[in-house]
Amino acid sequence: MSAIEIRGLNLYYGKFQALINVNMAVEAKRITALIGSSGCGKSTLLRCINRMNDLIEDVRTEGSVKVDGAEIYKVRPDFVKLRKKVGMVFQRPNPFPLSVYENVAFGPRIHHMARGSELDGIVEASLKDVLLWDDLKDKLKRSALGLSLEQRQRLCIARLIAVRSEVLLMDEPCSALDPMATLKIEELMQRLKKDYTIIIVTHNMQQAARVSEDTGFMLLGELVEFGRTEEIFTKPRDKRTEDYITGRFG
Amino acid sequence: MLKKIKEFIIERLIFLSGIASIVFVLLIFIFLLKEGISIFKTVGLFDFLSGRFWYPISDPPKLGILPLIMGSLLVTLGAVVIAVPLGIASAFYIAEVASPRVRDALKSCVEVLSAIPSVVLGFIGMVTLVPFVKALFKIPTGLTAFSGSIMLAFMALPTIISISEDAINAVPRQYKEGAIALGATHWQTLYRVIIHGAMPGVIAASMLGIGRVIGETMAVMMITGNAAVIPTTFLQPVRTLTATIAAEMGETVRGSEHYYALFAIGIVLFVISFLINVTADLFLHKDKR
Ligand SMILES: Nc1ncnc2c1ncn2[C@@H]1O[C@H](COP(=O)(O)OP(=O)(O)OP(=O)(O)O)[C@@H](O)[C@H]1O
Ligand SMILES: [Mg+2]
Repeated sequence: MSAIEIRGLNLYYGKFQALINVNMAVEAKRITALIGSSGCGKSTLLRCINRMNDLIEDVRTEGSVKVDGAEIYKVRPDFVKLRKKVGMVFQRPNPFPLSVYENVAFGPRIHHMARGSELDGIVEASLKDVLLWDDLKDKLKRSALGLSLEQRQRLCIARLIAVRSEVLLMDEPCSALDPMATLKIEELMQRLKKDYTIIIVTHNMQQAARVSEDTGFMLLGELVEFGRTEEIFTKPRDKRTEDYITGRFG
Repeated sequence: MLKKIKEFIIERLIFLSGIASIVFVLLIFIFLLKEGISIFKTVGLFDFLSGRFWYPISDPPKLGILPLIMGSLLVTLGAVVIAVPLGIASAFYIAEVASPRVRDALKSCVEVLSAIPSVVLGFIGMVTLVPFVKALFKIPTGLTAFSGSIMLAFMALPTIISISEDAINAVPRQYKEGAIALGATHWQTLYRVIIHGAMPGVIAASMLGIGRVIGETMAVMMITGNAAVIPTTFLQPVRTLTATIAAEMGETVRGSEHYYALFAIGIVLFVISFLINVTADLFLHKDKR
């Protein structure tokens, strides 16, 4: 069974159709990349998986999305549970205006997962997982807004680890970072892959080629092609994919 | 050429208007200082601030403004206790909870409230609130600090609500999205994240509201009973600094001690308001950084 299974998904912003009959099956514990030119619907598709599109007014969705086999569109899901399981990392790192500690503890607190020393343990383990612990263990009380961009993005990932999310949706997580920081976040993703199902939206085709096992290519709201990354990049089946990839690489 | 001259003149005019406002403020301040300081030739600063009796027309006059300061503080404190929690809660409701239609309606109401002249509020308070307080607590008069606090709370509310609401709306969307994407409910997002982001602005809003309350004159004069005694409870008449100046300036002889003392009260008020505004400003700027 796939971790995420999308069938016949259509999404409309008012009259504008942003997703057209998308079908996609994402495997667990792998990194899946979504590529495509600006405005083709990558973020929209990603935000369907944790139903963040519900925050936008006048959005209508048809079709089915299953997370771990459970339908999240036909019946009204438990949003709290869904979003705990399917975490999201945003394009601009968005730690809360709280201390480093409180940022990581936020999720466990709202989900009543732990308190006291147990919570300290979760915070420590989560920060260790994103390799921030050594840098920040003496600065847990400092505001998270004082961290570097890369550290902030790591902190945002630690927030999800702390609630034991199973799926990480990353919407251009490196676009605000410099090349060095980007590589480090990519390394982190490789480390996390064994425990998490990761879907990453990226503008950067090299990044998609470097980090992902599977890739989906989107164009004007359609998922044109979906398959193993090396196949998409070396022998795409669809002409449009080939044009996009050679256009970008060549 | 003609264009250049025109530009030159316009520039100068704008410059002059800018300077004028500064000059006027300075002149007012100097005048206040000059008139007010004279009192300290006869009454010491300490005696003036801590004197327990304000009998300006007895012979010799007793010019201690402690009862007036206490009156002002008490009325203000009461107003703050009522208006700050209510104002902040309303702001959160308007900014985060209310549906667009309710939000528009409420915002108009707040605007109307701020447009009511204070003398009208005072008048309404005099005929409704004062008898109500008298009956409720079974006290000889309803003209009390408590009644004044309630009326002043109404005056501070529009300021607190509208500035707090701006601060809440200015909290970056990403914070909210981040919290919701983590599975936080609307309420959790509100009190764990948004409130932290909005805090500096909300504090500034409260300070400005307090500033408005401390400087208010008309309504307190009509409602608080104007007895210059050091208050011991909320349910007794008090007299504020502002009401004292307004009530007595008309009947004092220019150049008398009493006259100078009223100006000195003006200085005290000025200092208090100034401090409050500076504090508010500090928080507002902290917000921007
Ligand atoms: N809230 C919205 N209301 C109306 N239209 C929207 C909204 N959000 C996105 N769209 C439209 O839907 C389409 C897909 O947007 P989306 O943000 O998913 O694209 P994207 O592939 O993530 O682009 P980018 O690479 O620039 O991030 C675009 O044409 C966009 O204009
Ligand atoms: Mg996008």
